[in-house]
Amino acid sequence: MTSSLQKKLQETFIEIIRKTSAELPQDVVDAVVEGLEREAKESRGEYALKIIQKNIELAKKKSQPLCQDTGSILFYVHYPRKLDGELLGKVVKKAVVAATKKGYLRQNSVDSLTGQNNGTNVGPGTPTLHIEPWKKDHIEVKLMLKGGGCENVGAQYSLPDSRIGAGRDLNGVKKCILDAVQQAQGKGCGPGVLGVTIGGDRATGYLATKEQFLRKMKDKNPNPVLAKLEDECLNEANQLGIGPMGFGGKTTLMGVKVGALNRLPASYFVSVSYMCWAYRRQGAKVSARGEIQKWLY
Amino acid sequence: MIQLSAPFTEEKIRSLKVGDMVEITGLVFTGRDAIHKWLHDGNEPPVSLKDGIIYHCGPVVMKKKGQWVVTAAGPTTSIREEPYQAGIIEKHGVRAVIGKGGMGEKTRLACQKFGCVYLHAVGGAAQVLAEAIKKVRDVHLLEKFGSPEAIWELEVEAFPVVVTIDAHGNSLHKDIEAESSQNLAQLMAQIGKK
Repeated sequence: MTSSLQKKLQETFIEIIRKTSAELPQDVVDAVVEGLEREAKESRGEYALKIIQKNIELAKKKSQPLCQDTGSILFYVHYPRKLDGELLGKVVKKAVVAATKKGYLRQNSVDSLTGQNNGTNVGPGTPTLHIEPWKKDHIEVKLMLKGGGCENVGAQYSLPDSRIGAGRDLNGVKKCILDAVQQAQGKGCGPGVLGVTIGGDRATGYLATKEQFLRKMKDKNPNPVLAKLEDECLNEANQLGIGPMGFGGKTTLMGVKVGALNRLPASYFVSVSYMCWAYRRQGAKVSARGEIQKWLY
Repeated sequence: MIQLSAPFTEEKIRSLKVGDMVEITGLVFTGRDAIHKWLHDGNEPPVSLKDGIIYHCGPVVMKKKGQWVVTAAGPTTSIREEPYQAGIIEKHGVRAVIGKGGMGEKTRLACQKFGCVYLHAVGGAAQVLAEAIKKVRDVHLLEKFGSPEAIWELEVEAFPVVVTIDAHGNSLHKDIEAESSQNLAQLMAQIGKK
């Protein structure tokens, strides 16, 4: 990889970070608008969603972070085999440091032992980088920024769970999902979106919940059993009455996305991640020369 | 929409009810984890908080042409200050606390007893809320605690919030949780019966 290609790629990654931090993808904006139309006029839920809608517009116009918590930085990168993947990972990290300097990202990475913040967003475990080669000749970059408030309300269940009466079947899974929404109340900055994994181990289960957030809001789960479960959980969670920001109302969630992994006979985990309304996800098709060819969301 | 303007007297604060949508105009002081612990440890604040408003917020503040400008200023999660808030309301005569996510029983009872309210700002709305901040009047303890944890004196205009704990013992958080808990029990009972 020539130094001029590295430089070009770094600029491209910085632009992807800027756009992700300042602009919500259209499918999420549409879901916010749908929520707004569903809430009763003059209600607190409608009021919260109106402020959210205004904030989305303002951040885009000013090209500034739409939430001051620019969150965990999760990169999903595919690259052509002829490129040096290790070097590409280093370029991504350089772009994160530069984007932090420019104010697209808050200084958000804290040493867990000393409490110190080196101000770069790069350290053990940050940013999170999933990087894999593929057969295609372009680079695909997907980026998600996930705030701490919503990360804190994620939950993992090991079935059977006698507290909520959940057994090892899809009814049990549904109980876990509804319980997680009840526990979260408004603390995750709702209306949110859930990413759920049935199965896996404690680590792979959570990992796959984040990947569910790479799906578009209106896509259809290819597995009809999971598609049905998603629709039912969304519908029932919105009967809880928690509403936007926990103010009460009809829009507690904007979406539920569920995947399944194989499990050990002894284990049956249900892992739930909560994404706040500030659902920052963007992606780009990047040419081998480092130029953005197409936005993916 | 109710307008709440300085001075924030006990009478004005006691007239607010859970669910009211309010726009604040006047001075608010930011304070989050470090300041709350520091006040709780018995240190005297560098500014009087009497009849004042504390905002749980670590703003992003930039210096532009010698002036401080707030570029992002959404609320942070309030429940972390629950161990300290009631004592600070009592000792310093705080009239309102702005934050997100709600607070617990200790704070609810202190609000009732001493005439204070909890005002919920919309989480994540960093740009809308920064727009309502018209001027940074001063900053305290910047060197000691760093920018996000310092006390920023912010002049706000029509700053939008919802009253979720009032000075009469009511809490919207408590009500919504109880209501959704009942709804959950009904939904759970139906699962698997169809």
